[in-house]
Amino acid sequence: MPSVPISPDAGPQVVLDLIYRLKVRDVMSTPVITASAGETMRTIQYRMRDNGITGVPVVDGHGRLAGLVSIQDVIEALDKGRIGAKAEELMTKTVIVLEDDMPLAFATSYFNRYKYGRFPVLDREGSLVGMVSASDIIRALLVAMNDEVQRLEERLSERLAAEAESRPPDGKTRLSFPVVRFDFENAGKASAEIKKALKERGIDPATVRRAAVASYELELNEVIHSEGGTLSCSIGEGRIEIVAEDRGPGIPDLDAAMREGYSTANEWIRSLGFGAGMGLPNARRVSDEFSLDSGPGRGTRVLAAIKYQ
Amino acid sequence: MKISDLERGFGFKSLQAEYADRPLAAGYTSDLLSDVMANAKSEGVLVTIQAHKNTVAVASLVNLAAIVVCNGRPVPEDMLEAAKAEGVAVFLTDRSQFEVSGLLWPELGGAGQAGAAGRPRAAGSPGAGPGAAGPA
Repeated sequence: MPSVPISPDAGPQVVLDLIYRLKVRDVMSTPVITASAGETMRTIQYRMRDNGITGVPVVDGHGRLAGLVSIQDVIEALDKGRIGAKAEELMTKTVIVLEDDMPLAFATSYFNRYKYGRFPVLDREGSLVGMVSASDIIRALLVAMNDEVQRLEERLSERLAAEAESRPPDGKTRLSFPVVRFDFENAGKASAEIKKALKERGIDPATVRRAAVASYELELNEVIHSEGGTLSCSIGEGRIEIVAEDRGPGIPDLDAAMREGYSTANEWIRSLGFGAGMGLPNARRVSDEFSLDSGPGRGTRVLAAIKYQ
Repeated sequence: MKISDLERGFGFKSLQAEYADRPLAAGYTSDLLSDVMANAKSEGVLVTIQAHKNTVAVASLVNLAAIVVCNGRPVPEDMLEAAKAEGVAVFLTDRSQFEVSGLLWPELGGAGQAGAAGRPRAAGSPGAGPGAAGPA
């Protein structure tokens, strides 16, 4: 097997990165081949055959999902001599759906949980915008992994240079962690490491707590809102600096972002207990110095500095 | 009251029992993790319905001693593993956050208001909460 010149520590992380970075809308097939509730099972059977698909969503006049006819439903209709019946009589009416801005990691967990071969995809307004099958996901992942390997090769030399630079002999401790979009599995681990390092230096508990709050809020902001980035911490005499830097998409309205209660997080993120619009205000409140640099179309850099005795 | 009194005194089901049993200093009720970060007191108990491992991450970062998951919400295994690694106690109850807060208030209400240090009364005198036979 030919060896791939990628950094061994970044290798497995890349796969994780992909399933959180790619969204359902990046892999779903569109336009969707649909049926209306009044069409017969026979018509739908032909449509499946002609298009090589195994499930047809049934929509109402407004493009809203009303149900789904799977190949299983067609087989049962044939079996019971009801292939002439209307879709609305025999379709599956309780359909599990995905949202177009869910990460692939969520989508794959749905495949495991529900054992369906395909899921309809709805947008934020509830309109049917695509279909996702397991093979759509695998195909998209293979393509994305190929791209990623190329990018890694290019970045490897940059990374090695950056690592060498991050160890200056000034007595400061510097820590840096990659943060991956939508990776709620590992969210908080960077902050836990930072907290541990601060405790090991014998810094007082109240300061450690302030730093932990700032770093966790900034870390979670990167997980929830950014395309990924880094969280780093530099511990010097009397001063801790936490810097969150991401690759985009940038914050259009900085004043709104700093306002308590303002959030752009979506429903499923809120259901986890995030997205209350307290992250940046919390981080600022516990910091002695705070700066936020961002704009649409570029990355965001947040600095939170905490002084201690 | 001590962490173990959440089970012995109040009947909450202990799901993760690998913790150092010690007095609880305060209580906080919230389902918003940023709110917990900002306001929960050290060595306190968190009353919540957020049953996932991010809750443990937050609890650990702000030094919470225990989490009580309410409304009988299913607690995933990876949450308990994370809690075990961090030494955070996890309990489950069918009661709501409102009910649990009410039950714990006589024990921890004063302590929570008094700040992170807690009140001496919290240590070693679990007393009898409403509807709960305090351990002798």
